Amino acid sequence: MKMNFGQRVPAFLQAGLLVASSFVFSGPASADEPYTQGALRNYNTYCVQCHGVNRNGRGINSRDMSVQPRDHSDAKGMGDIPNEEIFHVIKDGGLAVNKSVLMPAWGNVMNDEEIKELVAYLRFVCNCGSGK
Amino acid sequence: MKLSLLAALAMGLVAAPAIAADSVGAGILKSQCISCHAIVKPDNTSLDRLWERKGPDLYYAGSKFNRPWLEKWLQNPVRIRPAGELYTKHIKGGDKEDVVDESTMASHMKLSKADAEAAAEALMALTGPADLLSKGAFKGEKVSMSMGAMFFNKLRGCAACHQAKPGTGGSSGPELYTAGERLQPDYIYSYIKNPQAIDPHIWMPTLNLAEPDLQRLTGYILQLSASEGK
Ligand code: HEC
Ligand code: HEC
Ligand code: HEC
Repeated sequence: MKMNFGQRVPAFLQAGLLVASSFVFSGPASADEPYTQGALRNYNTYCVQCHGVNRNGRGINSRDMSVQPRDHSDAKGMGDIPNEEIFHVIKDGGLAVNKSVLMPAWGNVMNDEEIKELVAYLRFVCNCGSGK
Repeated sequence: MKLSLLAALAMGLVAAPAIAADSVGAGILKSQCISCHAIVKPDNTSLDRLWERKGPDLYYAGSKFNRPWLEKWLQNPVRIRPAGELYTKHIKGGDKEDVVDESTMASHMKLSKADAEAAAEALMALTGPADLLSKGAFKGEKVSMSMGAMFFNKLRGCAACHQAKPGTGGSSGPELYTAGERLQPDYIYSYIKNPQAIDPHIWMPTLNLAEPDLQRLTGYILQLSASEGK
């Protein structure tokens, strides 16, 4: 599978995706990978369809969407959103935080622990610390 | 093959299959389809398995499809999932947004008329677990297409992942402009209500939709195919 990664996407993401395609998906986060393989797998299953293989908000579904998915690689934009709001929007959807309905609620598909791990993974992707 | 299977059954070596073991269609499924499709409910329904499987599960095909559609599609398969199954394996970054990597998309095998009819018969016998669908839940009322479209596109966000018209809408879910021809009404209703109850870990959200929404969206999708389809 050929992948075109945007310039802003660091090599570690590429490595993560390579791991994703070779089915190694368990085990805790290591010191230099502050996210779980489960979070990476969940992101590649549920989020890439809109947020994109490059995590830049340009997923396969984004072309005809009236509100564009958030660019998860944007340190400034993502850095402005507190962890609690990220958790809330993933669990309960865009409407719950006065954002678009096009961001679906995933609380029936993933449990709180998995959603927390996704929040940590998003912090890693945006390289924007732990939020305010 | 037929004899040894019957012998194995008699000796209690294999669980009695849901389909008549000696039918031509069952033979086709076993020899040509199970490398990609589960025709018996798998023990392992993990997310890893979803990534590993090569095609959608067919062990509940008889509760899902309309037989005339099956017979037609098996002779002349047309793409249902614009970005394949599982979409993440068939896309790549594009100049603007991600695009389908056509080099990874294979066309589906074709069957002769006789084989398609036999396979469809065997598939229709695979009804899956008894509690898979809310049977009779769809009331069958006609819905306004403009209201339906407003809910589908704007209010409930379905169009983000699905095409209600060829070429417009999302690509990570199956196209729905032929869904009324393809799928049984109770399947459509039950799937919208809780996709993971039918296909564990599937990447469509369960949205806690209220009853009037479920009726309206099911009716809209059924009528779509009658009006909008090719
Ligand atoms: C159907 C398309 C779609 C899917 C699938 C999707 N998103 Fe979104 N997401 C959106 C859209 C559209 C927005 C922008 C909403 C807005 O700005 O009003 C968004 C925004 C967000 C935001 C920013 C929220 C904010 O407060 O600004 C986060 C965080 C997010 N998504 C995370 C995720 C995660 C994690 C997943 C996977 C579990 C996911 N999204 C799956 C469409 C989607
Ligand atoms: C090489 C793998 C492969 C083989 C072999 C295969 N299929 Fe498929 N099948 C697929 C894939 C992938 C799809 C999804 C196609 C799409 O969405 O456009 C599919 C879709 C289907 C569907 C529609 C399912 C749905 O949920 O929409 C039916 C029915 C079907 N196949 C029947 C069969 C039968 C019957 C055979 C054997 C005669 C068979 N397939 C052999 C890979 C395979
Ligand atoms: C985040 C993407 C996403 C959203 C949003 C979404 N779906 Fe789906 N939908 C899917 C996927 C993925 C499947 C099944 C994929 C498969 O079988 O390979 C599916 C399957 C379906 C099916 C069954 C189709 C079939 O051929 O088996 C129906 C009906 C359906 N969706 C209706 C809806 C409706 C109505 C909405 C809005 C309330 C909706 N979907 C929202 C992704 C989505």
